[in-house]
Amino acid sequence: MADEKTPIVQVKHLKQYFNIGKPNEVKAVDDVTFDIYPGETFGLVGESGSGKSTTGRSIIRLYNPTSGQILFKGQDISKLKNRSPKMKQFRRDMQMIFQDPYASLNPRMKVKDIIAEGLDIHGLVKNDDEREKRIKELLGMVHLNPEHMTRYPYEFSGGQRQRIGIARALAVDPQFIIADEPISALDVSIQAQVVNLLQDIQKQQGLTYMFIAHDLSMVKYISDRIAVMYHGKIVELADADEIYSHPLHAYTQSLLSAIPVPDPEVEKTRKRIDFDHSKHFTDNQTLQEVLPGHFLYCDDATAAKFKN
Amino acid sequence: MEKILDVKNLHVNFATYNGTVQAIRGVDFHLNSGETLAIVGESGSGKSITVRSILQLLAKNSDIPEGQILYHGDDLLQKSDKEMDAIRGDKIAMIFQDPMTSLDPTMPIGKQVAEPLLIHHKVSKKEAMDRAEEVLRLVGIPNPKARMKDYPHQFSGGQRQRIVIAIAIVDYPEILIADEPTTALDVTVQAQIIDLLKELQEKIGTSIIFITHDLGVVAGIADRVAVMYAGKFVEYGTVDEIFYNPQHPYTWGLLDSMPTLDTSEQDHLNSIPGTPPNLLNPPKGDAFAPRNSYAMEIDEEEQPPFFKVSKTHYAATWLLHPDAPKVTPPESIQKRFEKFQALKSGGSVK
Amino acid sequence: MEQTPQIPKEKFKMIHEDDNQEQEKIGTPSLTYLQDVRRRLLSNKVATVCMVLLSIIVLISVFAPIVAPHNPNEQKVEYANLPPKIGEANIPGFNGMQKRGGKVVNAYKEVGAPKGTTYLLGTDYLGRDLLSRIIYGTRLSLIVAILATLVDLIIGLPYGIISGWKGGRTDIVLQRIIEIISSIPNLIVVILMMIILKPGLASIVIAIALTDWVTMARLIRAQTFQLKEQEYILAARTLGESSTKIATKHLIPNLSSTIIIQTMFTIPNAIFFEAFLSFIGIGIPAPNASLGTLLSDGQKAFRFLPYQMWAPAIVLSIIMIATNLLGDGLRDAFDPQSSD
Repeated sequence: MADEKTPIVQVKHLKQYFNIGKPNEVKAVDDVTFDIYPGETFGLVGESGSGKSTTGRSIIRLYNPTSGQILFKGQDISKLKNRSPKMKQFRRDMQMIFQDPYASLNPRMKVKDIIAEGLDIHGLVKNDDEREKRIKELLGMVHLNPEHMTRYPYEFSGGQRQRIGIARALAVDPQFIIADEPISALDVSIQAQVVNLLQDIQKQQGLTYMFIAHDLSMVKYISDRIAVMYHGKIVELADADEIYSHPLHAYTQSLLSAIPVPDPEVEKTRKRIDFDHSKHFTDNQTLQEVLPGHFLYCDDATAAKFKN
Repeated sequence: MEKILDVKNLHVNFATYNGTVQAIRGVDFHLNSGETLAIVGESGSGKSITVRSILQLLAKNSDIPEGQILYHGDDLLQKSDKEMDAIRGDKIAMIFQDPMTSLDPTMPIGKQVAEPLLIHHKVSKKEAMDRAEEVLRLVGIPNPKARMKDYPHQFSGGQRQRIVIAIAIVDYPEILIADEPTTALDVTVQAQIIDLLKELQEKIGTSIIFITHDLGVVAGIADRVAVMYAGKFVEYGTVDEIFYNPQHPYTWGLLDSMPTLDTSEQDHLNSIPGTPPNLLNPPKGDAFAPRNSYAMEIDEEEQPPFFKVSKTHYAATWLLHPDAPKVTPPESIQKRFEKFQALKSGGSVK
Repeated sequence: MEQTPQIPKEKFKMIHEDDNQEQEKIGTPSLTYLQDVRRRLLSNKVATVCMVLLSIIVLISVFAPIVAPHNPNEQKVEYANLPPKIGEANIPGFNGMQKRGGKVVNAYKEVGAPKGTTYLLGTDYLGRDLLSRIIYGTRLSLIVAILATLVDLIIGLPYGIISGWKGGRTDIVLQRIIEIISSIPNLIVVILMMIILKPGLASIVIAIALTDWVTMARLIRAQTFQLKEQEYILAARTLGESSTKIATKHLIPNLSSTIIIQTMFTIPNAIFFEAFLSFIGIGIPAPNASLGTLLSDGQKAFRFLPYQMWAPAIVLSIIMIATNLLGDGLRDAFDPQSSD
């Protein structure tokens, strides 16, 4: 695996709180640490309110992190000023694909202007001809008909819109893409199209992905490594296969036991594992490497048990 | 088994600025007493419209030019609004997708659960509230007596959906229509709600029509399954027949495009190319033909009739015509066929 | 159902779709959002009629000096209080006949007006042509409306966008200011203005400017709050778009429906406010006409010369109703929910 390489993204003790000091303070992300290696797909799984989307948005600096460090290619980007040249470069290197194909495209803009937004901001094309050419190229990459570049988003289906969003992200030649639940709003038959496209582009361009999702079977399929989030913390992190075959945390076990499988015989024998928050969460727990490459949120005694 | 609901040749149109959208284009199905029928389809396939037309909950610009919906032999489409009011929520109840918008935020939940009883029956307030408490306990709300005075926002998403279910079953309806009841929920909560529905069905003997796009959920809850595409059923049969012996290429595509936990990253996912047709101008032939890699010339010219696979299993594809060429379904489907053979020979599936 | 249909064998030839591009083709004609809005608006008959009525009213007031048959301020005391008369036609109510001392007489003949003298809507107590005064009064009302709208756009729009976009402390301060302004009744503001400035168009406009943009700012702020969480705005931020560019490229186009609809409600409010001030006598000073002063004058003689009040009242009502109904129509046309 990629263990020997230097990570492209390093998240260290990231905390993202909202409404600090008020009665409705929310610790959306509460001391999260993980690395992402070049070329891999890092899956971040959790249920609603677990903090998975907030983590992604903090990393791409849609929020200003409360504390902690985010290193991108070795450089701390958590405190970059908004208009600095370094920030401008960072805005090209890291991109995001969003969840809702209906809300992620400005309804009043033509598809070509949506895709070219990044080109215009960063001055990546010299004239209109070059702009047009690049837009066509990007549309081709996401298998959309270039004839439709003058149309408006509402004329496209959900899957097509999601591909327009992908083209917009690709326009600035990013190295790292955060995909925030990119398929959860799509129909089953369309999900596979988008996932295949993401994988093809990853191979062609050597991209690194962070794939945020709640659909565990799709995450398992697309990811190399998976982190499971619960209540703002990572409770388990390991290779995708390892997480599924040997889940150690009670929450991961409960989550896996709940995945519906399109096979009646499997469903008949499925046993749901309930998870009791108070029983499994105590104060003295941290995320520790209990087996090689397998991290678990637990206390020292539990960790020692696994290590032996 | 008694047929309690029999839908015959249902057509539903919607008048829009651009013309008439033929949302449902001839749907036949029935519901047996005590069973769960799942209707599976993508968004826009017409699955929600099909069930909404049963309770006549369609938008104003809709029109049902043809068809019958027989409930114990009575055509619901001929009923007056007043007669329908007596059926809705009493004999046939419905659960919607979003638990937050199906509850009244300004009314305590106990009152909301008791309301259908007060509307449909001459019961005292006390009786109704007692029954509400009992039903809330049945759907797994802890300490129902105290919590009946609470308002919807004081409950979690999963609990709210339990309350919605309590309202639907408080009158022990004969038919419960669940329209994507778990789509808005987290996967662990979804599993709990499905277990709850199964348990309730055993206790009160309701028949359930379950609408979903998630085949995994279907496998867990359904007795029979109908697959819908572009306003028509394309295949229906028992849950084993649909999952282990699917015949329609669209069913193949749906089953094949879901990664299972043992699909590895090296395999490309098999996706269905393209997008569903626009029902403003439905295609002349088989609506699925343009996306179907098994399409034949006849598919573009004529809509396939239902071909019988077994007494309970029918599929609308020309591939089942005796003159059609033999095709090889996707690999994952062939594995499912093998399981079907094993099942038929009485063995269990591994 | 179980019968096998007879189909010629050659029809069972497999066709392979090797090009999926065909699948992705969009068949419907390409309509821009505004074309769509226009189509929906035109299909709303009430709104279309209102739009036509308002256009006619606007055109007449713009070309008032050409259209108006008389000078609105020219007094001919001898022609005072003449009833409406259209040419020589004998239309009841418009034939110059009037009840005087229990007898119906030809009022024009009584005052010795030469043949051919007609006042389409009659004259007022100073013999001024009522129609011309209504035309000029409407013109004044529309000027007030346009100024109020401009103030809405120049102050209310940026104020709302900044408040909603910045959020946090900026928002709290800006909202407190709005609350203070809106807690002072309009009438008090006007009266205070009258003390400083003399009554007239300027003080009315300043009074409207001080208070009227608040509603627009509030609506825009609420909408901006919603819009800024939209994923396309987030996408623009991750691409490094500046706040000003986000405002002009993403926010304002998506706020346009709110802006237009709110404007359609600002206009009648401003017109009515001016009319109200003029009616109670602290608005436009004499001899200038405004719908409010005309109503006020007409009301004094309503029992005997009802036409002097009917005519301006009908014009004011038409403007108010038509803008409100057109506003409703625009809201429906802009609302994506009502789209098919």
